Amino acid sequence: MKSAILQTATRYLLPILLLFSFFLLLRGHYYPGGGFVGGLVASIAFVLHSFANGTESTMKILRYKPISLIPIGLGISALSVVIPLLFGLPPMTGLWFEQPIPVIGMIGSSLFFDLGVYFVVIGVVLTILFTISLEG
Amino acid sequence: MIDNHILGPVFIHLFTAIIQLICWRKTVTQRFLSVGGSLLGLLLAFRLFSRVEENGILTMNAANWDAPFGIVFVADLLSVTLVLLTSIAGFAVSIFSSVGLSRQRMLYGYFPIFHFLIMGLNGAFLTGDIFNLYVFFEVIIIASFVLMTLGGRKAQLEGAVKYMAMNILASTFFLTGIAILYGITGTLNMADLAIKIQAVQNKTLIGITSCFFIIGFGIKSAVFPLYYWLPSSYHTPPSAVAATFGGLLTKVGIYALLRVFSLIFIPDDFTRTLLMVMAVFTIVTGGFGALIKTNVRRLFSYLIVCHIGFMIGGIALFSQVALMGTVFYLIHDIMVKTNMFLIAGVIRQLRGTLDMNKLGGLYKDYPKISLLIALVLFSLVGIPPLSGFWPKILLFQEAFTQQQYFFVIALIIGSFVTMYVIANMWAQVFWKNTPEGVTIDDRFKPMQLYRKLLMILPIAILAAATLYIGLNAERVVHVAEQISNELMDTTPYINAVLGTNR
Repeated sequence: MKSAILQTATRYLLPILLLFSFFLLLRGHYYPGGGFVGGLVASIAFVLHSFANGTESTMKILRYKPISLIPIGLGISALSVVIPLLFGLPPMTGLWFEQPIPVIGMIGSSLFFDLGVYFVVIGVVLTILFTISLEG
Repeated sequence: MIDNHILGPVFIHLFTAIIQLICWRKTVTQRFLSVGGSLLGLLLAFRLFSRVEENGILTMNAANWDAPFGIVFVADLLSVTLVLLTSIAGFAVSIFSSVGLSRQRMLYGYFPIFHFLIMGLNGAFLTGDIFNLYVFFEVIIIASFVLMTLGGRKAQLEGAVKYMAMNILASTFFLTGIAILYGITGTLNMADLAIKIQAVQNKTLIGITSCFFIIGFGIKSAVFPLYYWLPSSYHTPPSAVAATFGGLLTKVGIYALLRVFSLIFIPDDFTRTLLMVMAVFTIVTGGFGALIKTNVRRLFSYLIVCHIGFMIGGIALFSQVALMGTVFYLIHDIMVKTNMFLIAGVIRQLRGTLDMNKLGGLYKDYPKISLLIALVLFSLVGIPPLSGFWPKILLFQEAFTQQQYFFVIALIIGSFVTMYVIANMWAQVFWKNTPEGVTIDDRFKPMQLYRKLLMILPIAILAAATLYIGLNAERVVHVAEQISNELMDTTPYINAVLGTNR
């Protein structure tokens, strides 16, 4: 079912939702949000696109298979867990840059953990949904 | 003492799994990575073990949050011994799976999931937080669901449904128990729980909560009357997977029982009687189940159940000698049971079947391999001086001292049934001639030499470990004695975890 309204709306909604998911990701550490919710919103953006334009065209704009995001995300998260060991601190300790970065704010190793979760969630959700929709 | 590196054996398997996920569908690379990662994990486990033996209990506060508030990881001698045994078994299984598994299964991600499973096991042994223990249990069961269904044959799915249903039920009981504990004490740190629970007035509530843990861990470690999922599911997955399951998964339940019932709930008369009844029935029913089975792997599955009873009985007796017996048996059992399922895998390669009525003549065709297998079988039965013999002495001794004659009888029945079943299996599979009219499907003979060696090597490694446990029993007894001291007197554990924060 192709609907012109949905297709037009998606053209604007896709970037907005992705931006919103990124906002949620950055906001995560002290406020509601974080990698998991951000990842879900980002994958919903792609799911909306696939509703409007078909799964094949969504795969085309993604270029890579979503399953390849899973090891990348896991790798980023796992690295951010063990990096404190190099500084003689226990694993998972939050290491923070001293100066806040404009717009984004304070950046620490926990942001990279969240970033990893973000990628894993996108990878898992899109892999499951694309598998179902392509088989159906 | 604080040591930030105690999670090494966990991280090494995590990173191995991640790198293998990046090499998705490159099965040759994955095999090398798997063996290499397991070897590295084994070395780290050795190092951790010797450090703990030297320096006593090591702890690590994750994310630098102090003990009762953050998640703490504790490496005491029980934990590191089990991590070491898991690493040895994991190393052997990863070598075996690199040649003994169909390429189809490897393509669908057998290796990464296997390493996630080993990671979960190591994590469960090392954590000092009861909710974190639950999380690692979940990692273990999710990984094991995938391993069990990988390949998707009908029999496998049938086994997996039973396995999954019972394990989810077990997790629910476990989680409910944790929730009640948290409700009455307000902490999840096991050392902190040990202190806070003594101040709770409502002893009945604590007794009921401890039953939740008995049921949860009881299902996982397959005790009577909660074990029936095990024999009906363990014969379905490939042998490499069954070896990991049979050797390690049920033992996590025993570890959790040992930990929870030495630290948090000190067993009272009711709990001990309950555990004793369960132990006696587990031994007897598991043993009788093994008597009537003609499929080698089903027979081994029932023997797992039977021998779990020995360990539960040791916990029920709850004295220093009994716990020594339990720990020693645990050490012996992990090595031997993993090996049994690998042996079943080799028999399948040699003959193409595991039905004892169709097997035979293995000794005539492969005398060297048969002798190696005989060593393991003897050890399982407990012929002195092999490893199965020593822990049974300790258990007998303590059962007599405490006048638990039902347990003594069960031990005798269990030992004799094991001996009969294994002798019968030896006669059927190795000594008797191949039955008339059975075509032999030998996939082993045409293999290249290095593949043959890689298939036998893990069995030899585990057999060597068994031999070491048996012949150098003095050292193992010494370790088991230290562990049982730690279990009986938990003050050093609590002090190591909480330090000055009590």
